[in-house]
Amino acid sequence: MTVFASLTDQAPNHWRILAQEMVAPFARQIDREARVPPQVVTALRQAGAFASGFNRRLALPVTRSQGTGGDVATDQVPDQVAAALDHGALHQALGAASASVQGVLNVHHMGGSALAKWGSKAQKAQWLPRLTSGDMRCAIAMTEPQVGSDISAVQTRARPVAKGYALTGRKAWITCGDFADLFVLIASLPQGPTAFLLPRDAPGLTIAPIDDMLGCRGYMMADLILDEVFLLDDHLLGRPGFGASHVAVTGLESGRINLAWGCVGLAQAACQCAMRRAKTRQQFGGAIADFQLVQQMLARMTTDIHAAGLMCRSASVARALRQMDAAKQATMAKYFASQMVGRVTRDAQQIFGAEGIGPNTPMAMYHRDSRIMEVIEGTTQVLESMIARLALAEVPA
Amino acid sequence: MSESISAIAAFMTRSFDGAEIAPDQDIFEAGYGNSMFSMQLVAFVESHFGIEVDADDLDIDNFRSINRVASLVARKQSLVSA
Repeated sequence: MTVFASLTDQAPNHWRILAQEMVAPFARQIDREARVPPQVVTALRQAGAFASGFNRRLALPVTRSQGTGGDVATDQVPDQVAAALDHGALHQALGAASASVQGVLNVHHMGGSALAKWGSKAQKAQWLPRLTSGDMRCAIAMTEPQVGSDISAVQTRARPVAKGYALTGRKAWITCGDFADLFVLIASLPQGPTAFLLPRDAPGLTIAPIDDMLGCRGYMMADLILDEVFLLDDHLLGRPGFGASHVAVTGLESGRINLAWGCVGLAQAACQCAMRRAKTRQQFGGAIADFQLVQQMLARMTTDIHAAGLMCRSASVARALRQMDAAKQATMAKYFASQMVGRVTRDAQQIFGAEGIGPNTPMAMYHRDSRIMEVIEGTTQVLESMIARLALAEVPA
Repeated sequence: MSESISAIAAFMTRSFDGAEIAPDQDIFEAGYGNSMFSMQLVAFVESHFGIEVDADDLDIDNFRSINRVASLVARKQSLVSA
């Protein structure tokens, strides 16, 4: 099998087995209760999922309890490419099983990858083993009530004080705000936006959970309210003024690829349900899969998913090989896949008819979850602007 | 060093719509540097020169001009080969 092996290949891999056996059975419960249950977190930890995407040198040894191998042939591609594709397969598998759980691993990797890239040796030694083992969960806190994609405008203030900083402000819509143990948080210093490592138990930090989200209810979203939260000097990540341009961007690039893979998985799950439904639902003396207008939807769904999957693979390979267009590819993959999953879940729901909007299929959950994807990690409109600027920069005037 | 300077100059010229950048010209003062370019520059020096830019290198002076970036690359390469 090569890097661009068919996405329709159904050879078992360890992430797919983990996701289907240990995550998918809880998907409806997660949606209902808006929390990821401890047994799911334990299964992910034991399988090494919290270490996925991190440089192996930084991770503690982990024992995989599920399955025997991946679907990427490591003898044909460089190690870093195989690792990147294996990481993508994790997010694809989790996206199919529970978009909420994919989001938990996504923000863990977003914050963790920013720390792994821009942390000091001491910070990496202190935090990364606990993050990669899953003993601690990470998230990234950028958004504020008045600040979205323009991270450079953050209003949370960091005030230099003796031996550290005092942070005051409010972070909004933080995925895993009510779950993570450590936040990579962007606050403003006189030098500009700056990243800090904020432990959940820091005095002065209040977590305000957000209930009744439209979809991805297991994101355990919360606002973070900071009232003179004191952080020692060694909790500054990177350098003052580099929080938005370097630290946050590193996390966002990770998040965009992860989320794109998650969208492919979610779309595949919805599509497979719709395929089975089309084959078994009888109308006018035959299966509705024999009707050309249903076939049109199935053809669109299948092609859309395949195209998004290829973009994800290309983006993961580009990042692993440090290609110059890696950022553009990650952005395009998220841009395309997050819209694709909306189209696919809508058609899948349509194929189910009344049952697609009722309580007995996962279609409504898929549809609600899919609506989240175009909003987080950069809205479709913000990504369009970024892609255009990156593409324009490649063409001489 | 001169090969590094040529490669960095070519990258900046490509990034700045064909503008010729003098080796000591301050690209931020000239209005060329923005947040998107900052990470592209990191990606370029890492991929082109096989070095790892880390937190210790996050000093705006390291990225201010072609010559400054070339000096950073030379320092990092000497650490790798040492």
